[in-house]
Amino acid sequence: MRHFTIALGLVGVLAAGAASAEPKTYQLPDETAEFKQGPGVEAAQDNCMSCHSADYINAQPPKKGRAFWEAEVTKMIHTYKAPIEETDAKAIVDYLEKTY
Amino acid sequence: MFDRRRMLKSAGGMALGFSGLAIAGSPLKAFAAETVTLPFANGERKLVQYPGKRPLIQLTARPPQLETPFSVFDEGVLTPNDAFFVRYHLAGVPLSIDPAAYRIEVKGKVDNPLSLSLDDLKKMDAVELVAVHQCSGNSRGFVDPRVAGGQLANGAMGNAKWKGVPLKAVLDKAGVQAGAMQVSFDGLDKPVIPATPDFVKALEIDHARDGEVMLAYQMNGEDLPWLNGFPVRLVVPGRFGTYWVKHLATITVLDQPFDGFWMKSAYRIPDNDCACVEAGQKPDKTKPIGRFNVRSFVTNVLDGAKVKAGDAELRGIAFDGGTGIKSVETSVDGGKTWAPAKLGEDLGKYSFRQWTSKATLPSGEATIMVRATSNGGETQPTSPLWNPPGYMRNVVETTRVVAAA
Repeated sequence: MRHFTIALGLVGVLAAGAASAEPKTYQLPDETAEFKQGPGVEAAQDNCMSCHSADYINAQPPKKGRAFWEAEVTKMIHTYKAPIEETDAKAIVDYLEKTY
Repeated sequence: MFDRRRMLKSAGGMALGFSGLAIAGSPLKAFAAETVTLPFANGERKLVQYPGKRPLIQLTARPPQLETPFSVFDEGVLTPNDAFFVRYHLAGVPLSIDPAAYRIEVKGKVDNPLSLSLDDLKKMDAVELVAVHQCSGNSRGFVDPRVAGGQLANGAMGNAKWKGVPLKAVLDKAGVQAGAMQVSFDGLDKPVIPATPDFVKALEIDHARDGEVMLAYQMNGEDLPWLNGFPVRLVVPGRFGTYWVKHLATITVLDQPFDGFWMKSAYRIPDNDCACVEAGQKPDKTKPIGRFNVRSFVTNVLDGAKVKAGDAELRGIAFDGGTGIKSVETSVDGGKTWAPAKLGEDLGKYSFRQWTSKATLPSGEATIMVRATSNGGETQPTSPLWNPPGYMRNVVETTRVVAAA
């Protein structure tokens, strides 16, 4: 999974940069949340989970409709610079609108 | 699905790897109560125990956002470190920190740029202050109509005794140059991809030098919990949590307003007296979020509880953005009549103020309400104020109970 690689990479960078022999470390519990099944779920899994867990979506208010999810996906692309292809972005909005 | 074996494995790893940290609460309790349902649509959450924390309400796993179960606020006026809420913005959470190598850089428009170690900080004169820490979006899940963002109940707040060094002393040591306007703060937490705006916040220079803003290295007499910003975080008394930068790494004195995303575009409120707009509307003009508005809560009776009819003692907490609490009133008839509450010990104008109130609950359904007024003359609104990001909810809280003889 992509995010585990990222987390490990971060530990490596920080440990290498530390001067002392005894850095303190922290272990986050395993991530368990998953996207709800529905048409287009792969596009959400492949893109959204690079930067955050699926519970970011799961906890949102239910049945908010297309404009709500379009605004969220647009925010991820324009504000947070998520590298999401246009076709994927549309697939994600379709999926979120229908499934959540 | 919640995975017991995985949780058990993680708890075991915690005991081995974190023998130096106190782990409060029995892991068995966590397994007994696996989920909670917050009182709004889609409010089901897992209770998850992180190293150094008791089981907390998990809003998100990556980056971690954990809410304090509300019953904790009835345990005492200070919120225990292992129950204190957690909020990160970016998933590059530091997972390894060497306290001996840790430095806070002070740079920008200063005469003497500094690189302060933990020892350097701890050698400076320390101050202690009890102050409430509260997320801007605390209680967002109750906002109606619902808005996007972290869907929190009322547990993204806490009250702690912070110990550290005044930011003013650090800035004086560095020698702030004429023309300084703002000071920005960056922590060790980083975005996953470099293009995502790093979480950096700024304060006006006079605010930064007010003597109250603190670089805190202790919380309730212990090192800061990892997830609350170990080893040093900014404490900005009376101001929303967005400014309380964790794992503080860089302080930069600026001669112009800081224009990063997290100040310029995020954490902004309608620029009017109520910080509100008509539900569903957009504000014409916005400003950065600032001080807490006044709030109060009943802590010993939870919504939906079955209680004994007759004489009862209500108790709870109140706080505001730094003028202190002048009075608290309670009502058990849905707001028709109000009775004054007795205020508890004063731990300072930034602290939770405990209160108690005697009430008589008739048999049947009772609607308990609590309303605080600050020394600044601010009181809580009867109906909620609305803004697009769902910040600063402070409506008079209502607790519905059923009383039986």
